[in-house]
Amino acid sequence: MDPILIEHVREPNAFTLEFYLAHDGYQALRTAFGKKPDEIIELVKASGLRGRGGAGFPTGMKWQFVDKKVEPRYIACNADESEPGTFKDHLLMERYPHLLLEGCAIGCYAIGARVAYIYIRGEFLHVQMNLERAIEEAYAKGYLGRNILGSGFDCDVYVHRGAGAYEAGEETALLESLEGKRAQPRNKPPFPALVGLYGKPTAVNNVETLCNVPLIVQKGAAWYAALGPEKNGGPKLYCVSGHVRRPGVYEDSMNVTLRELVEGRAGGVREGRTLKAVIPGGSSVPILMPDQIDIPASFDSVQKAGSLLGSAAIVALDDTTCVVWLAENLLHFYRHESCGKCTPCREGTDWLYKILRKIERGEGQMRDLDLLQNISTNIAGKTLCAFGDAAVTPVLTTLKHFRHEYEAHVREGRCTLPADWRARQAVSAH
Amino acid sequence: MSFHPKMSYDAAFHKSARTLEDEGPPFEYTPENRARFEEIAKRYPPERRRSAVLPALYLAQDQQGYITANAIRHVADVLGITRADVEDVVSFYTMFYTKPVGRFVLQVCRTLSCALNGAERVTEALVDTLHIRPGETDASGTFTLIEVECLGACDRAPVVMVNDAWHECLRPEDASKLIDDLRTRGEAALSGCHHVVEKR
Repeated sequence: MDPILIEHVREPNAFTLEFYLAHDGYQALRTAFGKKPDEIIELVKASGLRGRGGAGFPTGMKWQFVDKKVEPRYIACNADESEPGTFKDHLLMERYPHLLLEGCAIGCYAIGARVAYIYIRGEFLHVQMNLERAIEEAYAKGYLGRNILGSGFDCDVYVHRGAGAYEAGEETALLESLEGKRAQPRNKPPFPALVGLYGKPTAVNNVETLCNVPLIVQKGAAWYAALGPEKNGGPKLYCVSGHVRRPGVYEDSMNVTLRELVEGRAGGVREGRTLKAVIPGGSSVPILMPDQIDIPASFDSVQKAGSLLGSAAIVALDDTTCVVWLAENLLHFYRHESCGKCTPCREGTDWLYKILRKIERGEGQMRDLDLLQNISTNIAGKTLCAFGDAAVTPVLTTLKHFRHEYEAHVREGRCTLPADWRARQAVSAH
Repeated sequence: MSFHPKMSYDAAFHKSARTLEDEGPPFEYTPENRARFEEIAKRYPPERRRSAVLPALYLAQDQQGYITANAIRHVADVLGITRADVEDVVSFYTMFYTKPVGRFVLQVCRTLSCALNGAERVTEALVDTLHIRPGETDASGTFTLIEVECLGACDRAPVVMVNDAWHECLRPEDASKLIDDLRTRGEAALSGCHHVVEKR
C-alpha cells in the first residue's frame, strides 16, 4: 500500500500551512461542517477506526460514550509517546502537524468540545515548537479559533508539555497530569468519556488516531475500512527498530505481515545474524518467535498469535541478544517509571529488577526463576492501570520462551552467549 | 516461600531520595517570564490555574537552571496552590532538576532499542571522556551526564539528548567529538543536530 498518512512527511516544508493547503489540507474540516456532529461519529464508527495508542478501542464508540449533556467537554490528545520502541507520532507531529490539528478540530466538532489539549512529552521540545508554529498559522488563517471557516464553531487547540513520565501516557494519568498533579492513574470506571478532565466528559485520543479522522471524513468510511482486514481498516504506522538494517516508520495496511515489515521493509537483521525474536507492539507485549511472524500485523491477528499489536512498535532481536539482559533492561525501565500509586507495581517491579540483575550477573539460584514467576503473577491484574501487566510481561514472556537461557545463567554463573557480543556490539551503523 | 528477596535496598533508588535541601537565592520570575506565565495560564479555565504548574516550573527552571525551595514557593504563590502541591509535582517528574546541573546536560537513552544498538558503549565513552559517572556534573560545571529511559527516537538509536537538542545515531567514537564540539562552539553545536528523517 502506498503511504497515505506519511506520504508527504519527508518533503521539505511539509510542516507549513501552505504545503498542507496545496495537498487538500483542511478540506475534510470543511466537509465535516457540512454534516451534523452525530453523523461524524457514525462515520467514524462505520469506518471501524481503532485507537492507535495501544488498546485498539474503536474511536467512534469512544466518542459516542462522551456524555453530550454535560458542558464543557474536552479532547485530550495523547502525544506522550513513551512506549519503548514507538516513534510514529513524533514523525507526524514534527513533519505534518496540520493533519493532527485538523483531526483535533473535527474531533472537537464531533463531540461538541471547544478545547483540545495536546499533551506532548517533555523531551519533544523541538516537536512542540513545530506544533505551536503550526497552531499559530492555523489561527491566523481561521482554521482554528473563533467561528472557524464561517461555521460558527469555535475551537481552541493548546499544547501542554509533560515533564518526563511514562505513566502520563495512560489516559487517566494524562488527565491528572493535565490538571497539574502527579501523573498517576485514576480508578476506572468512571471512564474519561463521562468523568475526565476537570471532571468533565473527555475523549482521550492518540495522535495517529486523530490523524486518521480527516481521511475518513474526506474519503468515506467504506474506503477506509476496505484498506485493511475486517475490523482492522485504514492505514497503520509501524515503528521498526532494534537489530534491523533500516529502522524507521513504515506505513502499510494491516494486511502486511510482521515478517514483511521486519525482513522486507526494514531490511532484516544484519549480515551473518539470525532473527531470535520479535516484540510486535512495544516493550509491554509478549514476544513472538521467528516462526510466529508470518501473520498480518493487525490488532486481531497479533492477538490471536498470543501477543498484542499495542502501539505497533516492532523491535527485532537478533541472536546476539541475551534475553535475561533484555528483561533486566526493560525492568530497569518499568521500575523507574512506576508511578508508585499501587503497591504491587511500585515494590514488585523493584524486586523483579533486582532478581534479574542478580541472575544476569551470574549470582542467581534456580529458585529465583520461580520467584520471578510468583512475583509477576502477583503484580498482573492487581493494579489500577495496565502498567502492572505491562511491566511483568517481559519477565513472563522471556521465561516462557527462553527458560533454558535463564537456567544456563544460573548453572554457569554467567551469560552463555559468546562472551563479548554485547561488549563489541558497537553500533549498528545503518 | 518468602516473597521478599533478601536484598538490601539501594539508598540511591527511590524517587523519595530526591529531597529539596537547597533553599537557593530569593526567587521571583523576571517580568518577561511573569508575562509569559500569565499568557500560558490563559489556556486553562480560570479556576484551574493549577494546570499550569508544569509550564510554570519550566519557566522557573529556565530562569534559574534548577528548582529550589524558593522557586517552589514563588510558583505556588503565582498559581494560588500550596507549596506541598508544587513539591509533589517537582519530585515526581524527572525533567525538573533539584540541584544545579552543568551548562550542557547529556542524557543518554538506555532503554531497549538504544541499548540493543550500543547505548552502553556510548555512555562508557562519555564517562571516559568526561571523567564523571552518570548522575554527576564535572568540576567545571560544564557537563552533566545522565542516563534516561526511552526518548522515543528508537529508529535513530542510540540517542543522546543535549539540553533540548537530540544527537542521533551516535557511535561511541563520536562521543568525544561531540564533547569537543560543545567545548569549542558552545550552544552553536546544538543547533541543527536533530536531522530530518531522511528518505529511506
